[in-house]
Amino acid sequence: MLIRLPSDIPASEITPPEIYRDRRRFMQGSIALLGGAALMPAGKSIAGAKLAGVRASAYRLDEEKTPYKDVTTYNNFYEFGTGKDDPAANAHTLRTRPWTVAVEGEVRKARTWDIDALMKLAPLEERVYRMRCVEGWSMVIPWVGFPLAELIRRAEPTGNAKFVEFLTLADPKQMPGVRSRVLDWPYTEGLRMDEAMHPLTLLAVGLYGEVLPNQNGAPIRLVVPWKYGFKSAKSIVKIRFVEKQPVTAWMAAAPSEYGFYSNVNPQVDHPRWSQARERRIGEFFKRDTLMFNGYGAQVAHLYRGMDLQKYF
Amino acid sequence: MDVQGFLSGRAFKLGLFVLCLFPLARLVALAASGGLGANPIEFITRSTGTWTLVGLLLTLAVTPLRRLTGWTSLARHRRMLGLFAFFYASLHFVTYIWLDQFFDLASVARDIVKRPFITLGFAAFILLIPLALTSTQAMMRRLGRRWQQLHRLVYGIAVLGVLHYLWLVKLDLSQPLIYGAVLALLLGARLPWVAGMLQGGNPRRAVGRSG
Repeated sequence: MLIRLPSDIPASEITPPEIYRDRRRFMQGSIALLGGAALMPAGKSIAGAKLAGVRASAYRLDEEKTPYKDVTTYNNFYEFGTGKDDPAANAHTLRTRPWTVAVEGEVRKARTWDIDALMKLAPLEERVYRMRCVEGWSMVIPWVGFPLAELIRRAEPTGNAKFVEFLTLADPKQMPGVRSRVLDWPYTEGLRMDEAMHPLTLLAVGLYGEVLPNQNGAPIRLVVPWKYGFKSAKSIVKIRFVEKQPVTAWMAAAPSEYGFYSNVNPQVDHPRWSQARERRIGEFFKRDTLMFNGYGAQVAHLYRGMDLQKYF
Repeated sequence: MDVQGFLSGRAFKLGLFVLCLFPLARLVALAASGGLGANPIEFITRSTGTWTLVGLLLTLAVTPLRRLTGWTSLARHRRMLGLFAFFYASLHFVTYIWLDQFFDLASVARDIVKRPFITLGFAAFILLIPLALTSTQAMMRRLGRRWQQLHRLVYGIAVLGVLHYLWLVKLDLSQPLIYGAVLALLLGARLPWVAGMLQGGNPRRAVGRSG
């Protein structure tokens, strides 16, 4: 009897992964063309597709939202280049499926989440937040996501979990900026446990009711509205619970300029420029920067008794 | 037509003048078509700053290029290049005072004192003013030898300009370092033995003003 081993399949018969993926994309594209809305689950992974079942939330602002075009064409995402128009120009090479997020470290229930399962972990809600960049500009963005606390509760952190560390994708094949060594990749961010559990802290999967565009940190990113924008790590692949305060990418790059907390604070200047005022994108006059970016009532108690000049 | 004749002709001068206006024309066209992006004031500030540096480097390139090629008539256009550098520096400064700070002079004063990169940029701009004012033929004649001494300030101004850029970028130093490298090359070309080598390489052995 002849048993054919897998190695008997000639190499020429095996479809290279790129072609396989191309074929899948072609099929998906064809289905979409054939009146796909009915055939496919509503906008599963396509950036810009409408997200289904998004609830309104109490987190909204009386401030004018920054236009979608500005939110998606002017931002920092060094993995795609250091210019603010680079992410929009280069992020089309990012593949957001398949995608997993590993939850590990000081937890009882470590788990690797598939992104589609993670997106169903908690009801998606829209939250309109201010976003203040450390460079002195700001936006108002309607994010879609769920509180990070929902994920943390399910992971059941142990008593040793004092901080949460976020690691993001660093694949030079998908991210041209990673080939340059401006930062020590992968981009790493961190929060203290109480900051991570705070109801304002969001895991975002969309903006303006749609799947997050690649350049804004697809498929899943952090949003911490009372901290400078760089704290809100993009394209997260690992969430690690740790005992010691993590060293973030920006702390490693310039420790005298970027601290672990990086709370928006008009009284603590960046060593090279003032943080007292900001330019809201779309406005001509600069406006005063608000303490904790205007979220002081919700978060000031987290830092009571701390010298914010020292813990910047 | 020979190169020297072409370089000293009116057509070349006019062409150079129009070329120097291109960065401004581009900004105006982009502003009119809404092409300045999400943060137009930042775009204008960056653009005018960049062209100031380019203008300074082009001005500083004239003498080494003249030594290398022997095209002495190049020196005729140095004044225009220098004045264009001053023109874009002025636009850069006005953008900062008007569009960025909106004449909040207290805030500007604080910036100049407290922010090293603004201190350097401001110093460079102030130092450019006497050079622009004394750029006329009459002033050259009146100042004589001292004119040249005064105009050597441009070396320091260019260094300040590059440092101003280097000090303001957040992390990625590659752009300012390129300007710094070009400046180092142009200043290095002025070292006596390098200058001699450049001059020795051309058949005309043109002897011109150093500068």
